[in-house]
Amino acid sequence: MSGVRVLAGTRKGAFILTSDGHRQEWDVSGPHFAGWEIYHVKGSPANPDRLYASQCSGWSGQVIQRSDDGGQTWEPVGNRFSYDGVPGTHQWYDGTPHPWEFERVWHLEPSLDDPDTVYAGVEDAGLFRSADGGQSWQELPALRGHDSGPSWQPGAGGMCLHTIILDPAAPSRMFAAISAAGAFRSDDAGQTWTPINRGLQSEGIPDPDAEVGHCVHRIAMHPSRPSVLYMQKHWDVMRSDDAGESWHEVSGNLPTDFGFPIDVHAHEPDTVYVVPIKSDAEHYPPDGKLRVYRSRTGGDEWQALTNGLPQQHCYVNVLRDAMAVDSLDSCGIYFGTTGGQVYASADAGDSWAPIVRDLPAVLSVEVQTLP
Amino acid sequence: MIRVVLPAHLRALARIDGEVELDVTGQVTQGSVLDALEERYPMLRGTIRNHDGGQRRAFIRFFACEQDLSHQPPDSLLPEAVVTGAEPYLIVGAMAGG
Repeated sequence: MSGVRVLAGTRKGAFILTSDGHRQEWDVSGPHFAGWEIYHVKGSPANPDRLYASQCSGWSGQVIQRSDDGGQTWEPVGNRFSYDGVPGTHQWYDGTPHPWEFERVWHLEPSLDDPDTVYAGVEDAGLFRSADGGQSWQELPALRGHDSGPSWQPGAGGMCLHTIILDPAAPSRMFAAISAAGAFRSDDAGQTWTPINRGLQSEGIPDPDAEVGHCVHRIAMHPSRPSVLYMQKHWDVMRSDDAGESWHEVSGNLPTDFGFPIDVHAHEPDTVYVVPIKSDAEHYPPDGKLRVYRSRTGGDEWQALTNGLPQQHCYVNVLRDAMAVDSLDSCGIYFGTTGGQVYASADAGDSWAPIVRDLPAVLSVEVQTLP
Repeated sequence: MIRVVLPAHLRALARIDGEVELDVTGQVTQGSVLDALEERYPMLRGTIRNHDGGQRRAFIRFFACEQDLSHQPPDSLLPEAVVTGAEPYLIVGAMAGG
């Protein structure tokens, strides 16, 4: 019988949650790398037993861990992330030039077809690639070297490259998103990059429709329709029908269009999920009610999903990398909170139940659908 | 024999129980001890001092014989009690919450 493996990264370790296809009974393994911040854990689509984890701490910096048995055992691999050439500067919070400094890996994106190839999105914003299973890392410097790079400024959480999307229909096409520079696309496997932010409006920057400078929180794509992208921006939920060439707002009837994660149903490219958060100052759900919103129309028309989620006194956040979907026939949706809960729905969001309730703050959630 | 004590998070990373005992050839300096430590445990590279330049990470400290050696240069000789193994060389995670 098929099953799922949920990979949760938290402030104090990684947890692996497994279940059969019913997704009712769960086995919880962890903490792995206890005490360390685990920003992201993700499995290779080409070999589900190959996992990569980003492990870091204020004391000892970055470690990358690799597993070849689905997370039962791990091996530290390469942790040297050196920017290509002379790194130069970006803008600091006060507007002064600030040298590019590696801080941590926010997101790991394994290749769609080669378990040994994996991309890393890092803070300060840069894109790295390993072709040897994480043993060594080389920057793809054209993104950071874009003409606009010296003008990029960090968001409140740091200047992080947090989203990497590989296009299954066009192996040379990839998307990246940076807070607070915006979204970028490469059509030549990362050799050159184009900002794709036309249509975004951000009141927090001097020129609201600038080419770069937007605080993009997350982008999602359905693999069957890679020209359609959905975006949760700092404020606004956006959609592009032309691979990012232009965007239009689809926030519709959401109670607030601020939020962090966004994801797409595994079998319905027009079914989208977001978790509205009250505001940039109040990072918790409106009215103390944790509600996932689902659109079955590709945006604009949203339905609150509340069954099984706390509807009073709930003041957690759901971070940008903390939502995922499985690909079982009845699509499963998962998300983790800063309060340490990981919620699962085995029926596309109609009903929810916590897998675990008391983990450290959840930074990321990924799920693997197992044969 | 040089005795090295690591903080718990690095013992876990390197899968070490208790102290590390190292043979260091030549002069026993902070740099040569760290070189020997990283040679035996490559996964510690970059976690105590930076890959580029070998600078001590900001929240790591080096103590021995009740002295803070953190600000000593890498080629500074370690106390004789460390060289003889009477006292350990302590690599410490600075007190910082979170």
